Amino acid sequence: MSVLVYTENWDGKFKKLSFELVSYASKIAEMTGTSVTTVTIGDMADDELKTLGRYGAEKVICIKNDNLSVLDNRNYATVLAQVAQSEGSKVIIVANNNRGKAIAPMLSVKLKAAIGAGVSQLPLSINPFTVYKRTFSGSSFAHVVLKTDVKIITLAQNSFDIIESNRDVKIEKIDVQIDVPKTQVKDVQKQTGKLLLTDAEIVVSGGRGMKSPDNWGPLVELADLLGAATACSRPVSDEGWRPHEEHTGQTGKIIAPNLYITVGISGATQHIAGVSGSKYIVAINNDKSAPIFEVAQYGLVGDAQKVLPKLVEAVKEIKGK
Amino acid sequence: MKILVCISHVPDTTTKVKFVDGDTKLDTTGIQWVINPWDELSLTRALELKDDPSTGVKSVTVAHVGGAGSEPTIRKALAIGADDAIRVNAEPADAYFVAAQLAEVAKKEQFDIIMCGIESSDYNGSTVGGMLAEFLNIPSVSAVSSLKIENGQAVIVREIDGGKETLTVPVPFVAIVQKGIAKEPRIAAMRGIMMARTKPIKLYEPIAIEPLTEYVKFELPKPRAACKFVDPENPKQLIELLQNETKLI
Ligand SMILES: Cc1cc2nc3c(=O)[nH]c(=O)nc-3n(C[C@H](O)[C@H](O)[C@H](O)COP(=O)(O)OP(=O)(O)OC[C@H]3O[C@@H](n4cnc5c(N)ncnc54)[C@H](O)[C@@H]3O)c2cc1C
Repeated sequence: MSVLVYTENWDGKFKKLSFELVSYASKIAEMTGTSVTTVTIGDMADDELKTLGRYGAEKVICIKNDNLSVLDNRNYATVLAQVAQSEGSKVIIVANNNRGKAIAPMLSVKLKAAIGAGVSQLPLSINPFTVYKRTFSGSSFAHVVLKTDVKIITLAQNSFDIIESNRDVKIEKIDVQIDVPKTQVKDVQKQTGKLLLTDAEIVVSGGRGMKSPDNWGPLVELADLLGAATACSRPVSDEGWRPHEEHTGQTGKIIAPNLYITVGISGATQHIAGVSGSKYIVAINNDKSAPIFEVAQYGLVGDAQKVLPKLVEAVKEIKGK
Repeated sequence: MKILVCISHVPDTTTKVKFVDGDTKLDTTGIQWVINPWDELSLTRALELKDDPSTGVKSVTVAHVGGAGSEPTIRKALAIGADDAIRVNAEPADAYFVAAQLAEVAKKEQFDIIMCGIESSDYNGSTVGGMLAEFLNIPSVSAVSSLKIENGQAVIVREIDGGKETLTVPVPFVAIVQKGIAKEPRIAAMRGIMMARTKPIKLYEPIAIEPLTEYVKFELPKPRAACKFVDPENPKQLIELLQNETKLI
């Protein structure tokens, strides 16, 4: 039995997302009367592996093999399928991030396991196994029954709060037989020293109402002061005012921070599709009839260039800077 | 080289969705159907590759699983520039079902590169491309933001969580594409629309596949609390509210 969680690591470290996944899995283990096993791939120190026990993992499997040093979707799916089978896992949890989305569908075919993709809550029921997921890009949600014996859930990032439930963990380090990857990575460009948009709890996002790429200074300063990541609407990244990684929405990143502060964004359906999972939305816009105010909980009707410096001042005051 | 582009037929992205039959089905009245935005970009990129003789791409085929009602969407893809099309005549029951049908088509027709969008804007599954590759026992590369063919070799950029990787992978493979793959979707010109009328749409009957999931109910998002407006002359009030009420600052 056991609920199996694939916990990705970043250069040997876990992050909040990993703890969300394990916390979520322990709740499902509780609902189904079983325990949580995690599997991670790479070279990891025991101390780091043990941290997963804090969120309810009882067994932590760490797999190291040179053929797994690059993400080859099939190799990863093969390894996870092997572990799931040897553990007899009936529920497998992965993150609904780039890596999770790359592996889960292959795993689904290998195990003939139904996928609940982009799930944002605990299962609504265990029998039948019904998950709750976003559909029509956030303009609705669906109850989906996963009809197979083994089920896969890809969990939306930031949708489940971390729960501490200290467990003693058993660490198992294993090697596997796996082919040389077909995917040959030639070059890696990592975004370093910058808070990832998908990880951020607070995001400050600018739209066309920012008027020019030269006006971003106070927005970035506000974000820095708040420990926030910066984002933008599609036309802004299309124009090259901001980097593509910052584009949120239907065709950009889908994020669910606790606080999403928009500046000069009109709130088009396609933009909201990417951010509707945010706990609170703030709108700063000079047009009081802009649709963004329909989805925002806090609004300010005003000119971005005048308002931003004042917000920066206010935050500095609060933070005592 | 032959490219297959898998296309999904979805409600226009501005649609306010509604449900019928006790919230079990999408209300399709008045819906404008479009090619899934990702698939439109993926088709655009496939055509750009074909336009460049150095790539050796000879044909671009589109495939779709759907009833006769989705033919206009397929014709649109042909009008944009696809050479021919395949329709598997079945309602797309779920991602597993669709991927299995596409795999049958791909096995018979043999493609070098198969392109799928990273998600369909209706059921937001992000799963068909990966499933298809696994059914075919070929590699998949996900979150692809650039696909080039250099000296007969596919050179791909994919987004990883926190960066980018440039990689190569041997054909045949499935590329699951996202933002960046093409700048703007190509639109159909008059000549394309005329030509599309006579381009072939090959019909396949579906194979028997049991879907693995069942959508039993839909619901609309819970209404959000109404917007509290702060005095524009006093932006500090906004920060205070966020601090006191959301406790996030
Ligand atoms: C298939 C498809 C997919 C799409 N995907 C996305 C997506 O993923 N993400 C996305 O963002 N968009 C997407 N779009 C585009 C979307 O429809 C909108 O065009 C876009 O979101 C608008 O961006 P914006 O809000 O920055 O600009 P605008 O709509 O131009 O809005 C600018 C806002 O700024 C306000 N403003 C102007 N001056 C000021 C000022 N001085 N101070 C304060 N406010 C000011 C205006 O009142 C206005 O509300 C998509 C469109 C399509 C068709």
